[in-house]
Amino acid sequence: MVIRSEAFAGAAVRPRQPFSLKSWADRGTVFSWLMMAPPILFIVAFVGYPFFYGIFLSMENRPVAQAGTFVGLANFIKEAHDPVFWQVVQNTFVYTGVATVLKMVGGLGLALAMNQSFRFKNIIRAMLLLPFIVPTVLSTVAFMWMLDPAFSVVNRVLVSLGVPKPGPSWLGNPILAMISIILINTWRGLPFYGITLLAGLQTVPTELYEAATIDGASGWQRFRYVTLPILQPIILIVTLFSVIFTFADFQLVYVLTHGGPQNATALFATYAFDIGMGSGQLGLGAAVALAMLPALALLIVVITLYLRRKNA
Amino acid sequence: MITGYGPIQRTVRLWLPVLFFLFVALLPFYWMAITSIKPNSELYSLRANPLWVHAPTLKHYVDLLSTTSFLTWTWNTMLVAVISTAISLVLGIMLAYPLARINFPGAGLLAIGVAAIYLVPQPLLFIPLADVINRLDLGNTLTSVILTYPTMLVPFCAWLLLGYFKTVPMELEEAARIDGASRLQTMRRIFLPLCTPGFISAGIFAFTLAQNEFLYALIFLTKTSVRTVPVGVISELIKGDVFYWGQLMAAALLGSVPVAIIYSFFVEYYVAGLTSGAVKG
Repeated sequence: MVIRSEAFAGAAVRPRQPFSLKSWADRGTVFSWLMMAPPILFIVAFVGYPFFYGIFLSMENRPVAQAGTFVGLANFIKEAHDPVFWQVVQNTFVYTGVATVLKMVGGLGLALAMNQSFRFKNIIRAMLLLPFIVPTVLSTVAFMWMLDPAFSVVNRVLVSLGVPKPGPSWLGNPILAMISIILINTWRGLPFYGITLLAGLQTVPTELYEAATIDGASGWQRFRYVTLPILQPIILIVTLFSVIFTFADFQLVYVLTHGGPQNATALFATYAFDIGMGSGQLGLGAAVALAMLPALALLIVVITLYLRRKNA
Repeated sequence: MITGYGPIQRTVRLWLPVLFFLFVALLPFYWMAITSIKPNSELYSLRANPLWVHAPTLKHYVDLLSTTSFLTWTWNTMLVAVISTAISLVLGIMLAYPLARINFPGAGLLAIGVAAIYLVPQPLLFIPLADVINRLDLGNTLTSVILTYPTMLVPFCAWLLLGYFKTVPMELEEAARIDGASRLQTMRRIFLPLCTPGFISAGIFAFTLAQNEFLYALIFLTKTSVRTVPVGVISELIKGDVFYWGQLMAAALLGSVPVAIIYSFFVEYYVAGLTSGAVKG
């Protein structure tokens, strides 16, 4: 063996290494795919498969615990003739639109107020974020009690200020119920905006403000022409994130109003839940949930394209 | 910092807005606390001052802990949150490391895919997933939620870590590679120990998201013994049209405390994760 390899040593220009599993697995592409295989398989099984299975379900008449029959687009046609469905579409857009604007404006205000140096700043910032981290269901139950018409704080304060007894029925009146869920969603999401924008504000170089001040810019002009342009990308990305998860909100409405009164606060997610889980019509429920897809897909594409441009 | 403002201007520009936001943010928690220690006679009296408590009592807490399964729910919630966070961190690292560090064909596209999947909200998937869980015969087991929570947490952790990994300089890994370390050794021995802050950020976030989850738990867990706190509170403490507000508020407060405590220890990491622009709102 020793002699043979010596005899061939001169002939081989580049001695080829014998195949080894170890060095194969160390090649960049192979290593990457081996490493990513478990998470990718998991996502394919529990996100990818349910997603396409949901599309399949939406084309079936599928009572719970029974075999389904293929009905094509019948569920979507049924949906289009359902006045409640259109009410749900309108509710979801109103809820998402108004809550997003409130969170954006309020969050900007919070960020500007917090972007000054003062004592206890870090503790105050931590406390301001509490609404965002505490489980939504639990804080929503607290609001449910605060809005109790007879015995709780909101109406007792209103009555003491001269509003006729017993005060408004916050969750019993369609318009007031919508206002309530919008305000509570704003309460929960505003700190997210505020703290993220605050981090953005802290990246604005003070020289820019100094230069603007020397050039004679007023406070408003500094905000409009220095602060806003620098914050704009952060505002955009935070807003897109917030819109997606407000649009698909479930917990808050399920707990507070369950979509009532008379479907006045029903959103896509709660309506899909009522049909799919409540009445056990999995096919129709899946169709209602899928009705969210066009708007969501548009938003997701916008965000991912934007992130790609930013990362590139 | 020299602001150049007098005390009055400082009050108007700083303390008024900050205290207003603080008041709004904390009022519901004050209301939870004060309600939970009020005797029923004060709770349902129109004469007593609603903003204060005159004869505080722990009765609601005693009732909550002795007559309901609240402690079981708390245990379940913790168990599920810890395990699903651990799974998600491990899978998230496995997904993010090659995407952030190794230049292979398709890496860019996959990274975009991770972001897109992270943005898919639960309500789009819950009906088909319910059917899947049923067919796997996992209904009413904690396994059902331990398996499904990572569907939102893995893309989330991967996305957050991807951003974090890119900020770590390459030199140490390159040196290790030149010294003959394999890719796996480089990742485990050299790279991952550098990233502890990123793991804490991602972990603390995943943990709060898991504690907050409601939809899957509501659908998959219908027995008292397997419920989590949010589902238990909504399904069992609200009995028909009768509301036991004292007990409910005690439960809401106690259910919020573990998250708040863990959060308070890691606030800086949490804010760092939040501001990396990778967070649901």
